[in-house]
Amino acid sequence: MPAPQQRRIIFKHIDEPGYTNDLACYVRHGGYEMLKKAVAMPPAAIIDEVKKSGLRGRGGAGFPCGVKWGLVDRKSGKPIYLVVNADESEPGTFKDRYIIHQDPHQLIEGIMISSWANNVKQAYIYIRGEFPHGARILERAIAEARAANLVGPNILGTSYSCEIYVHRGAGAYICGEETGLIESLEGKRPYPRIKPPYFPAVLGLYQCPTIVNNVETLCHVKHILDMGGDAFAKIGTPNNTGTRILCVSGHVQKPGYYEYEVGKITLGELLNEVCGGPLPGRKFKAVIPGGSSAKILRFGETFTLKNKDGSSRTLTVEEIPMDFDTLAACGTMGGSGGVIVMDDSVNMVEALANINAFYAHESCGQCTPCREGSLWMKKITTRMVHDHARAEDGALLKSVADQIAGRTICAFGEACSWPTQSFIAKFGDEFKAYPQTKQQARETALPLV
Amino acid sequence: MKLKIETLSRIDEVITHYPVKRSAVLPLLHLIQEDVGWISPEATEWVAAKLDLQPINVLEVVTFYPMFRQKPIGRRHIKVCRTLSCALLGGYTTCEAFEKEFHTHRGEVSPDGEVTVEFVECLASCGTAPVVMIDDELHEKVDVAKARQLSDQIKREAAQRK
Repeated sequence: MPAPQQRRIIFKHIDEPGYTNDLACYVRHGGYEMLKKAVAMPPAAIIDEVKKSGLRGRGGAGFPCGVKWGLVDRKSGKPIYLVVNADESEPGTFKDRYIIHQDPHQLIEGIMISSWANNVKQAYIYIRGEFPHGARILERAIAEARAANLVGPNILGTSYSCEIYVHRGAGAYICGEETGLIESLEGKRPYPRIKPPYFPAVLGLYQCPTIVNNVETLCHVKHILDMGGDAFAKIGTPNNTGTRILCVSGHVQKPGYYEYEVGKITLGELLNEVCGGPLPGRKFKAVIPGGSSAKILRFGETFTLKNKDGSSRTLTVEEIPMDFDTLAACGTMGGSGGVIVMDDSVNMVEALANINAFYAHESCGQCTPCREGSLWMKKITTRMVHDHARAEDGALLKSVADQIAGRTICAFGEACSWPTQSFIAKFGDEFKAYPQTKQQARETALPLV
Repeated sequence: MKLKIETLSRIDEVITHYPVKRSAVLPLLHLIQEDVGWISPEATEWVAAKLDLQPINVLEVVTFYPMFRQKPIGRRHIKVCRTLSCALLGGYTTCEAFEKEFHTHRGEVSPDGEVTVEFVECLASCGTAPVVMIDDELHEKVDVAKARQLSDQIKREAAQRK
């Protein structure tokens, strides 16, 4: 059976010949019509459409966007801020990059509609520092939109005004965490804030109510307004609505970005048919389905899940539909949509050593279990690869990881311990055997750490 | 500290983006680093004075964020992605190729002062791994052969300057 067709909504114009990132091209393709429609609607009606759409955040946590907007404190008398999380930094994720570079006005229209809906007068786009061109493209696009009365004072002849500024990060992964991002936007170290009390919806930027949404999420808002919340909710699968962009990297023939209705394609279809299968002479060994902090899946393992009617079903890795809920039921997550594939040339100790080096580098250092734990997990796996390895190192790694998750201010604690926990759970034998296997000459020449 | 007139006017403009001046710490550091190449102790104090902060408020930012540099680097900055998707396709060998081409080690300025080669974490272009940023430009699918080509180009440009 051939793989399902892509359904490109967000990426409709990405890589389209002749499509440019300027305002004129965007308007020729129907751009900003939805903003015009929005400002003729009561803001609450737009929030209702987003709630009806079932749109879940595309940044990693999959939190319902309408619910997030519903939590905003509108009675405080303080200004409400919208902060766009364009810090795209979860390893394996590379979708927002293309929206920003090739279709920036789609994002700006989404921001302006969302700002109107939530009575936001000031929005900031927090873009990662490693996208210097992206920041310039966004600044130019905002200037174009401002000149066309689509951003800034009294937009489209209304009494509504909203300004957008671009704010560049400077290379820290933790700024993707929403409260860390807010601290960074305030000009500080991006130490995540403790929740409660610092829920952004109540006490966010400058202690004012703040909405933090991912780039892809805000782009969806435009399309929800176009087709209506109910129609959007019919795309995808129940509770996993709309389309989402899946970014595939690592050991496949055709890595890249693919937009599908959520849950309408399985992991097997994605990797074998869409991405052309493993590299010649290789077999798939493992896959991380939602950015590097998502728990790893081992090809060959199966998952027995409960159906709603009480019966159960068993899925192989290849049979898992790429939605939020099934991936969670299989013990991992859809996360940010970054699918990282490893074939049988990879030694899992070495792959984990690579991941652990990332998390040790990126821990903000605020909470002791994370700062020390991520560092020790890195030290142990690096020692295993470059110095001596012991059969008991897997158990030691697990004991360190088990003492981090749940004991930190932000979800980085989970993000840094899930890889170790899942690698040990699924490839424990490989860790035990590593003292022997590392002695043998292996055909894999590529160092991972 | 001597900044270009254009940098100074951009600094004054960017401060107006925020209701609280302190928010401009990162933008100011970026502008200064783009102008003079690194963040000196003098620059740290200058930013603090400009934004009515204590120098420590700026220094703690400079020391936290990987992109801010407390010492000068080579004329060109070669940043090789180290993270998993790039490593799976040869990121480490790509980095070694650059080190060899310029007789240098990661994190150091090459003997001729031309480049600093560095490993950085995920550059968010995992589908075209391994990726490298040279100054502000992203280069995709940089295997050893392409790393040599890019190195040759840098060397040519350096020779033309002389």
